[in-house]
Amino acid sequence: MTTQTVLAAAGGVSGGEEVTFWILAPLALLGAIGMIAARNAVHSALWLVLTMLCLGVFYVLQAGPFIGMVQIIVYTGAIMMLFLFVLMLVGRDASDSLIETLRGQRIAAVVLGLGFAGLVGGGLYRGLGGVSAVGLEQANAEGNVQGIARLLFTKYVFAFELTSALLITAAVGAMVLAHIERRREDKMDQIATMKARFAPGNYPGPKPGPGVFATSSSVATPARLPDGRLTERSIPEILPARELTAEETTLKGTDR
Amino acid sequence: MNAVYLAQDPTLADFGKDPWWLVLIKVVFAFAFGLLATLLGVWFERRIVGYMQVRPGPNQVGPFGLLQTLADGLKMAFKEDILPKAADKVVYFFAPTISVICAVTALSVVPFGPMVSIFGHQTPLQVTDVPVAVLVLLACSSMGVYGIVLGGWASGSTYPLLGGLRSSAQMISYEVAMGLSIVAVFMTAGTMSTSGIVAAQGDATRLTIAGVEVPAPGWYAILLLPSFIIFFIATVGETNRAPFDLPEAESELVAGFMTEYSSLKFALFMLSEYVAMVTMSAVTTTLFLGGWRAPWPITLWAGANSGWWPMLWFFGKVLVLVFVFVWLRGTLPRLRYDQFMRFGWKVLLPINLVWILVLSGLRSIEGWQTRDRLLATGLGAGVLLLVTLLWPSRKKAPQPSLQEQVNSRPHGSFPLPPMDLQVPPSPRTKRVVAEREPANVAAGSDSREV
Repeated sequence: MTTQTVLAAAGGVSGGEEVTFWILAPLALLGAIGMIAARNAVHSALWLVLTMLCLGVFYVLQAGPFIGMVQIIVYTGAIMMLFLFVLMLVGRDASDSLIETLRGQRIAAVVLGLGFAGLVGGGLYRGLGGVSAVGLEQANAEGNVQGIARLLFTKYVFAFELTSALLITAAVGAMVLAHIERRREDKMDQIATMKARFAPGNYPGPKPGPGVFATSSSVATPARLPDGRLTERSIPEILPARELTAEETTLKGTDR
Repeated sequence: MNAVYLAQDPTLADFGKDPWWLVLIKVVFAFAFGLLATLLGVWFERRIVGYMQVRPGPNQVGPFGLLQTLADGLKMAFKEDILPKAADKVVYFFAPTISVICAVTALSVVPFGPMVSIFGHQTPLQVTDVPVAVLVLLACSSMGVYGIVLGGWASGSTYPLLGGLRSSAQMISYEVAMGLSIVAVFMTAGTMSTSGIVAAQGDATRLTIAGVEVPAPGWYAILLLPSFIIFFIATVGETNRAPFDLPEAESELVAGFMTEYSSLKFALFMLSEYVAMVTMSAVTTTLFLGGWRAPWPITLWAGANSGWWPMLWFFGKVLVLVFVFVWLRGTLPRLRYDQFMRFGWKVLLPINLVWILVLSGLRSIEGWQTRDRLLATGLGAGVLLLVTLLWPSRKKAPQPSLQEQVNSRPHGSFPLPPMDLQVPPSPRTKRVVAEREPANVAAGSDSREV
């Protein structure tokens, strides 16, 4: 670690660092592209995990072991796991539809994305291209974790607390908005339920099963009441009640 | 004597100086340790559970059935490898390997012993150490869950999917409790490197109680008892072991996430479960039980903590913890899912937060030896925690008599038949009893008289 820190501080790149970079950088790019290109949402998430893991290793290479490990634990470990949790509920075979809701949206997105990447990359390259890192040794003098802790709890303590307050507010707000609790008085107890069941106008018995006393055993065929009338209550509401035609009720010839 | 101890303690500066062949030896050793521990661990678990359930357990293959796992492993390799039609082939293939890789990788930052001499090289008995080694362990354990979740998802059937879902939710909730209980260790040790934490548990101070000098315990299991308890519970949850084995709950989900797996892929899942169990025992040993340091009576012998001996103490502690894992499995019934979640979020997490607050408050009090106050409060808080956990949660429900129950029914309830209702026999029932011929019971006494 110390040798790396020294090297990074001197602006040099060690052989191991370079090799690791050239192995992981294409992998990170592959993950990024794969994440967009994959049809299946879970595959997208997995490609993103690959990119995040590569980023974590990059941080470690850049003499920031703490932030690298936190990247892996928090982002890949917790946040992507939450994503997966939701995606798995969506279902395994749910793939993206390729119908464009906005005309030319995909091309516009590609062009704008490339342009944005070019702007950011160019700016960063011009800004940091010839710069050698200074002060890394001093920053990591008492240890990487201790250095970060000192900055977080002295210089940036207000921003840090503000961020956490904001996050907590968001979490509590989401819970309040999503949570529906019925009041105790609104819940019917057993006696009230029974009274409602036997109240006039409500039939307390079970509903007749579909197809009872009917010409067909289809669920769409309503049952007949003892007086011969059809009862709508025996079929699901989304199905229209109809009598089968004579052609439909005749034998299909399969019994021969 | 203290100087001898300190000289044995590897520091971060001692790492990264090994020649390549030494690194190779260490890596292979750690890997072999994981595999061997699995081989013996499965046998150990089956024998212990067998003993607890008053049956022999595996005892046919090899002496005491020791080779049973090997035979099972060989058999598994020759089974047909079934790929379900609905499976997502690539993810289905990679899921078990992710699990195994993450479980084994965690072993690389576990210290097995102090500085030893291997072929003339002074080197610590640990593959490597970094300033954030404990975070590496956490990362490995959180990545390992991907194997289970993806395996469940990729199988393309319902039970595995439910198992995977449960596993992901379980991991998210118990990872928080686990991370928070390690915070107390960081605060006390002042470092995140595993070798540093072992060293911090070793510098023994001496307490003078009633004029007698007693070595004060340095183990964080005693100093930070609440953290230790919560960490171990979270560990059981994280490794999906009973009573928290909800992802593979066989009474509800067939075999959970590995229902569709067969042959070597299934073997890999089994391997990862046992390696994870051993790894987590090793991590608990390192963080809370003094790592490779000898426990108290052995430390009276001056050479206990030097050379290769500490590896023996380390393995002994790991074995004890593995036994506790097995013991839990043999004793406790599986939790219901909502109970499990409630336990994680509403019990472990708040207790942990309060304890960390108390700990940081104590550490900022001046003029009291850190160790004394930690010992005083850690033990107190731990006992309190144990009492809270084990306190019978409900008062015994009052058992009203039948008449009281009838009287307490609200007005307007449905009428009940009287309690002493005698149902008269139906007149249509045939009276078969009266018409039956009497049995010939007198014949026996005649023959006996002769």
